[in-house]
This record gives sequence, structure tokens and C-alpha cells, in this order.
Amino acid sequence: MRTITSLAGAAALAVTIGAAGAAHAGKDLDAIKARGQLICGVSTGTAGFSLADSKGVWTGMDVDVCRAVAAAIFGDASKVKYVPTTAQQRFTALQSGEVDMLSRTTTWTLTRDTALGFDFTGVSYYDGQGFMVNKKLGVKSAKELNGATICVSPGTTTELNLADYFRANKMQFKPVVIEKADEIRAAFFTGRCDVYTTDASSLYSVRAANVPAPLTAADFVILPEIISKEPLGPVVRHGDNQFGDIVRWALYAMVEAEEYGITSANVEQMLKSEDPTIKRILGVTPGMGKALGVDEKWVVNIVKQVGNYGEAFDRNLGAGSPLKIERGLNQLWTKGGLQYSPPIR
Amino acid sequence: MAVDTIGSLPQTRVAPWNNPVIRGWVFQIVVVGLVGGLAWYLVSNTMANLEKAKIATGFDFLGREAGFEIGDTMIEYSPASTYARAIWVGILNTLRVAVIGIILTTILGTLIGIGRLSPNWLLAKICEWYVEIFRNVPLLLWLFLFYKLVSEAFPGPRQAIRMLGDSVFLSNRGLYFPIPVADPVHKWIGAGFLLGIVGAWALHRWAKARQAATGQQFPSILAGLGLIIVVPFLVWLIGGAPAKMSWPELKGFNFQGGLVIQPEFTALLVGLTLYTAAFVAEIVRSGILALHKGQSEAAAAIGLSRGQAMRLVLLPQALRVIVPPMTSVFLNITKNSSLAIAIGYPDLVASINVTINQTGQAIENILIIMAAYLTVSLSISAFMNWYNKQIAMKER
Ligand SMILES: N[C@@H](CCC(=O)N[C@@H](CS)C(=O)NCC(=O)O)C(=O)O
Repeated sequence: MRTITSLAGAAALAVTIGAAGAAHAGKDLDAIKARGQLICGVSTGTAGFSLADSKGVWTGMDVDVCRAVAAAIFGDASKVKYVPTTAQQRFTALQSGEVDMLSRTTTWTLTRDTALGFDFTGVSYYDGQGFMVNKKLGVKSAKELNGATICVSPGTTTELNLADYFRANKMQFKPVVIEKADEIRAAFFTGRCDVYTTDASSLYSVRAANVPAPLTAADFVILPEIISKEPLGPVVRHGDNQFGDIVRWALYAMVEAEEYGITSANVEQMLKSEDPTIKRILGVTPGMGKALGVDEKWVVNIVKQVGNYGEAFDRNLGAGSPLKIERGLNQLWTKGGLQYSPPIR
Repeated sequence: MAVDTIGSLPQTRVAPWNNPVIRGWVFQIVVVGLVGGLAWYLVSNTMANLEKAKIATGFDFLGREAGFEIGDTMIEYSPASTYARAIWVGILNTLRVAVIGIILTTILGTLIGIGRLSPNWLLAKICEWYVEIFRNVPLLLWLFLFYKLVSEAFPGPRQAIRMLGDSVFLSNRGLYFPIPVADPVHKWIGAGFLLGIVGAWALHRWAKARQAATGQQFPSILAGLGLIIVVPFLVWLIGGAPAKMSWPELKGFNFQGGLVIQPEFTALLVGLTLYTAAFVAEIVRSGILALHKGQSEAAAAIGLSRGQAMRLVLLPQALRVIVPPMTSVFLNITKNSSLAIAIGYPDLVASINVTINQTGQAIENILIIMAAYLTVSLSISAFMNWYNKQIAMKER
């Protein structure tokens, strides 16, 4: 009955917020430590970002961010409980405390960062919204989509950008809106819609992983237009800045590690490095861990168990994965991309 | 009441804390005070926690631009409309499927219920199977099944099934058919239609009164139907017989023009109707079985046909047993229509969910949706109670 749970979740939120006692600083982190586990809200299944295999083991870029946070807090990346959420349910789940954080292809917007009561802690993937169509339609550009029927998930920036784009270009469309990711994809593949729209990365993921036989990935094209900015990143709720800081710096640590050439393979040798920056990052020169309120070996734990940003990207989305997505905007700033960590000092 | 009677028993002196009247009042005041205090605590605590978490509150959002498109609307709506209007679109869509569903379910359920009692073995068996099959599988599964059927069984718009000389098109985008282009005369035709209904009702009353007085029969049903059709038709003729039609035409991706019944609506309506009709059938059947066997025997004895016996003797009496449980059936249809969201029909829940998600204001939106369902449900209950009184046994 997942379909109606988002409303039930919202109702539960009304009750929890009504009954909850006064908040105090560090309450989320204390609760996580007491529980011995981080509860991370992920998607219900988007290959490359968060997907559970038949044994219930979660993998993906978004999952790796959760694991990095657990590695920072507990020194053990496996101390995570994953809670699958649809786009519609995710914010209620976070507001009500059902999850400690979200790491599920969620776009950083002003409203979410303010009125919804959240803080975005960084950008794990710079994305943009795209369109996918069946090749048979012969469509070459999004500008040709006037009158199309378009499959889209509710409660997303996608849904809003779509309406904006068609308004700006004086075109009409008919949305088909279904909450469950599987169902909306099925509606597209069976031909209920001409177009499927979501973050471009998810389009690549769906095309690589979800096309039902006898159709194949080659039957579908992703149109060249990218109609929006979708900076996807981890989210925490207002009220515990220390936990927010840990989530923020866990991701930065992965980026910083890549920039300084620290990998899961060489992190042990790097501990012997004479470079003062690397010594600081890896806690050989103490201070950073204490400032964050975690173990001084936090970055060592993250890199050893999860890898640096580049390793995680390759394994989940890039050359080492079925998706083969280019680094593009997600390349390090030193290589012409946007991934840039403030200094760990 | 009880308290009063006891309080006015012959005077025996009791201490005030043993006086039942005073005790009654004290308990009531304490209970009201506790409930009120708890409500106040919850509300103020909620506000304080929302404030602390910096989550927006209040109903201002209703006036802001919604920004999302809705695929099936009965009124003018665009992404530039407000959240209030988006929610109103959802309410109308819920009402549309509920009202049509209630009508179709009542008709189908009654037929099947009567069919189960038929002396025709095959018909009775088919109706029995229908009931068993439909009420023993969860509604959600029926919805998924019918949605898959309507969206997968039919071809894409370019290969649409053409009917009635290329004027009606069936595809996985829905059923497109021509409609008259809006015309000022339509309002008057509507008025003529209402007038026809009033006329038919008056005619029926007159015919009944006359039959009671003189025994003469008059085909009032047929004549009434005639009135309902003829009056609007005359209005149309007088209005200059406007006949301009909007024809569906394949343009680009899809059909333009005409009117469309979309797959999501069809699947929801069919699912709700077929599922709930099984319950109605059982109610109708038990209503008729509750009558004494003498009723049908007496009807047969005075020479009524089976159909006449059903219509004139059995059903009117069975209604008294049937109507009360029908109230909850109608309420269930309304509430079950919220499963719409599973198959993408844009009902009230869908509008509210998106609004919660885009504004973050769960509590306000939950209040709106509760108020909306409560209003609809109470209206249905009130109407059914009124109707129940109308048909109640009139002691003569
Ligand atoms: N980045 C957009 C869209 C994110 C999103 O959730 N997209 C859907 C489209 S497929 C999704 O990933 N759903 C997966 C799921 O529900 O499990 C946002 O934050 O609003």
C-alpha cells in the first residue's frame, strides 16, 4: 500500500510534530549514536544512485554518501539502515524524523532549504533535467514536443520545470503523473506517454537498467536539451547543526581525497606522507576530527571503506558501471569540473 | 435526563460530593477541560516545533502559483493557477468519479443482486460467481489490472482504432469523440432538460394519484422519458439548432479537439464500479430475501408477472432494508476513489500530495483534505438519512 503511505506519512508527521518535546542541539547525532545506526532515506530504486540487490544490499552513489557519513560517525560504513522513499514521501519522512538524512537524487532549491525546514549540505552530483523518447517518434529536439503526453513523477522539481519549460516555449503537454517509480516507468515503456522526463542521470540509469524486453536501450533516445539545473545532494533537517556539519564534510572529504590523490588503495601509505595538507586530512596531524566531533581517523575510514569521490563515481555511474556516464560537470575543479571542496583545515 | 430524574427523587440530604447532579456536572467539566487542554497543548506545541524547525505555517500558500500541470481537469486550469485552484480541480475530479461510480454501482449491483435470485440457474450462477470474484480480490489489484488493460491493450494514437466513420478514436490516450462546440443555447438546453425532469416527476405523481383513484393506468415512465428528451430538443430547435461540432483529429503526437475520456479515469471508474457492485448485489439480495415468502406468492396470486412483482411489491419493501447499508457503500466508493493515486488519476489526494511536497506544509494540507472528505461524506449521509425517512414504513 505504498501508494497512500505518503499521505499517511504526512498525517503521522502532524502527530509527531504535535507531540514532540523541545529540540536541543545535537539531538539527532545523539539519537544516531545511541541507536548505533544511521537511518538514511534513499530512493526506491534508481540504478547507479540507490538500488537494493536481491539480497537487500544497497549500492549506488547516493548510498555511498550515506556510508561515508556512517564511516565518519561510527568508523564503520555498514552501520546504515536504508529507508526507500518515493519522491513524494521523502520530505515528510525527513521532517517527521523517520530518517536522519536524505541521500536520494534530491535537488537543492531555495524553498526546500528554507520553508520545508531543511539544510542541503552539498552537491554530490551536478545534474539537469532531460527528456527521453522512443526512437520511432523521430523527435530530434525538445522544441518539437508540443502536444506530447509526458510521464513525470509527482512532488519533484521535474514536474515544475516541465510546466515552466512548456509555458516559456508556448507549447502544450499532457502530464501522466504516478508516484511509484516502477509504475511511471512502466507507463512510459508501454506507450501511455510519448516522453519520460526526469534528471538526465536518472534517464541514463532507466535506459540502462529498466527497459523491458523485447525493447532495448537502443530503442530510446535522450534529447539534447537540458532544461534545468539539478544540483543533487544530501539533506538534513533544521535543528542539529553538528550532524549537518558531519554530513557536509563527509562528502567534502571524498572530494578532497580525490584532489589530493588519496584512494582506497593507497590510503595506508598516504598516512606516512610528509605533505602537511594530507597529514591534516588523514588526521595524522590531529584537530579536524575533534572540531567535527568525530574520530580523528574519520577521513581514513571514509576513503578506506567507501573510496574517494572519483572512485565512487566510477564504480556507480562512470566507466566502471553499466551507465558509463561522463564525469562532465562532476569532474574536479582542477580538471575543469565543478566538484570543489573547501579546505579541510 | 437520567441525572435529572434521579436528582428529583424525594429529598434525602446528601453531601454535595455525593449529589449525582453536582457530580455529573463536575465530571463533565473535568472531561471538557482535559480535552480542551490537550488540544491546546498539541496545537501550541505544534506551532512552537514548526517555528523552531523553521517550517512554514499558515494558509498563505493557497494563493500562490501552483506551477505544476494536471492532466485531466473539468475546469480551466494551468500551471499559472493557484494551489487553491489545483486543490479544487482535485476535489472536482474526486466528485466526478464518485458520483458516476455511485450511480453505475447502484444500477449494476441491483441487477446482479436480482440476478442471483433468478430461477434461471445459469444467470443465478453467473451472478454468484461475479460477486465471489470481485469482492474477494483487493480493489487496488483490480485498479492495476484495469489500468494495465486500458493502457496496454489499445494501440498508440497513430494506430488508434477508428469507429463510426472516423469520428470516434480509441487508443492508449483514451477515447476521443466529437462534442458540440460551446454555444449560448446550451445553457437553455440544460434548463429544458431540468424542466423535462420536473415535468416527468409531476406526470408520474399525477398518474399514480389517478391510478389510486380510478384504477386506470398510464405509461408515466415512458411519457416521462419522452418529456426529458423532447423538451431540450425543442429548445435546441428554437435556439436555431446549432450543430457545430468539435471533431477529434490526429495532430502531431495526439488527438486535438473533441472530448476525451482518459485511461486513468476509465480504469478507476470501472474498477470501483465492478468491485463495489459485488457488495451492492449482496445487500440487494439479502434485502429481498428478508421479505416474507408470502409477499411474492401473494403478488403471483393476483396475477403480477415476476418483473411486476419485483418492481411493485418486492423492491419497494426491500428498500427499507437496503438503504441503510447502501450509505456506507456510497461512502466507501468516495473514500476508495483515493486509490486513484496508484494509477495516476489526478484526484484530491494527488493535488494535496503534490502541494504538501512543494510547500512542505503537511499539517495545513491534511486539514484541508480531512475537511473535504468530511463534507462530502456528511452530505452523502445526510441525503441518505433523508431518503431513508421518505421510504420508511408509513403506519396507516
Ligand atoms: N531531482 C528531482 C527529482 C528526483 C526524483 O525523485 N526523481 C524520481 C524520478 S524517477 C525518482 O528518482 N524516483 C525514484 C523513486 O521514487 O524511487 C527532485 O529533487 O525533485
